[in-house]
Amino acid sequence: MIEVKNVYKSFGHLEVLKDVSVSIQNGEVIAIIGPSGSGKSTLLRCINLLEVPTKGSVFVDGQDITDKKTNIAEIRKKVGMVFQHFNLFPHMTVLENMTYAPIKTKGADKLSIGKKALELLKTVGLEEKANVYPEKLSGGQKQRVAIARALAMEPETLLFDEPTSALDPEMVKEVLQVIKALAKTGITMALVTHEMGFAREVADRICFLEGGKLIEEATPEEFFSNPKTERAKQFLEKML
Amino acid sequence: MQFHKMVEFIPLLVKGVGVTLEFTVLSTIAGFILGIIIAVVKVSNIKPLKWLANFYTSIFRGTPLLVQLFIIYYATPQLFDYKIPALNAAVITFGLNSAAYISESLRGGIQAVDKGQKEAAMALGVSYFNTMVDIIFPQALKHVLPALVNESIALLKDSSLVATIGVMDVLRASETIMNTTFIPFEPLIIGAAIYYVLIGILTLLADVLERRVNRSDRS
Ligand SMILES: Nc1ncnc2c1ncn2[C@@H]1O[C@H](COP(=O)(O)OP(=O)(O)OP(=O)(O)O)[C@@H](O)[C@H]1O
Ligand SMILES: [Mg+2]
Repeated sequence: MIEVKNVYKSFGHLEVLKDVSVSIQNGEVIAIIGPSGSGKSTLLRCINLLEVPTKGSVFVDGQDITDKKTNIAEIRKKVGMVFQHFNLFPHMTVLENMTYAPIKTKGADKLSIGKKALELLKTVGLEEKANVYPEKLSGGQKQRVAIARALAMEPETLLFDEPTSALDPEMVKEVLQVIKALAKTGITMALVTHEMGFAREVADRICFLEGGKLIEEATPEEFFSNPKTERAKQFLEKML
Repeated sequence: MQFHKMVEFIPLLVKGVGVTLEFTVLSTIAGFILGIIIAVVKVSNIKPLKWLANFYTSIFRGTPLLVQLFIIYYATPQLFDYKIPALNAAVITFGLNSAAYISESLRGGIQAVDKGQKEAAMALGVSYFNTMVDIIFPQALKHVLPALVNESIALLKDSSLVATIGVMDVLRASETIMNTTFIPFEPLIIGAAIYYVLIGILTLLADVLERRVNRSDRS
């Protein structure tokens, strides 16, 4: 369970998030959409403290992660993230990418985590790439490995920041399929995306961000067929 | 030409090569270890330490190496009432000096690593220390390896300065031969040739490394 409460974030004089509150129930999938520069990535990155809110709090399982006393590394083990540009470690094989953090941070046994990683690779359709370096993979394959790497930590929540924006069109589908399958497993997810059809299909709730404010929150049916705000209407006209 | 008269001094020259190499290797290692520490401080968020590291770098880059050598060798014994052996003084000076240069290369290398790498590691719950050691350094090192070899080439060249405080390196050996035989040309040419070969080998190594780095970048 994630609760973002009255979060503000500024970079210097630029106020990027203005009093944003949103909560995500266990097993819920929310899609964060909105125009470029509206603060979607920043909001997402506040949830695992890659950005520290200027004001407000973020609770993960009831624990305030903006509290100085919170061990943020422990929180991050429960909240995984998938990036737009994959950010695989280029000097490690696919398998090493996946097993490195579990071994380092959870003391996972090398053999059993290796086995588990192979299983995860199978679920994303890449078991034959286990011993390959990332440079030998296509963009879509890289992103699937990045998802598998996040899953190897057995997180309760996964954050996706435009997971398909850096991909060639023909590779978007394979990644979306993996995420869709994931959404059905009951893992909690927050995803920033420009793929409206995908958001509609996979999300339980849509959060529309504009100018650093969360100005509309609704079920996909409501939001896409009957948006309440003028700004959301304009945005959807442009996107669809 | 009286090169045949040099034959009896071959052992002296060989010893000189040994000293020059020993000195270069020790200084490189010292400079590398200290350079890593200073580089880490430079990319950290600890303001006073950062300031100190930058000050350190500016001192060692902003004064002549020979002056630094003389200060360590002649001036510090006055403070501590302890005479430093010439080779030790030289290794200390060169180590401290190259640490300043190496820390700059490393800092650049660390900062050149895509910041997504650090974010990905952090997002997986990896500690700052482990992120640096396992994720950032290996990638930074790859890029600065050629610069590091170039730094040891510079050290090898500058190593001849230690002859001025009496260390029996290649230059000092040549000088000794000159003073005993009263023949200046042959021993100095031989000395120069030795440096040329040693530096050539290191340069070759630097080229190979550079090509390796570039190759894995392309794929
Ligand atoms: N580290 C930073 N330093 C300064 N400004 C930043 C930083 N990160 C983001 N910004 C600014 O904050 C604003 C919101 O950025 P953010 O990345 O959250 O938007 P976004 O909604 O994800 O946009 P996009 O759809 O283009 O990814 C932008 O104006 C951006 O330039
Ligand atoms: Mg973004």
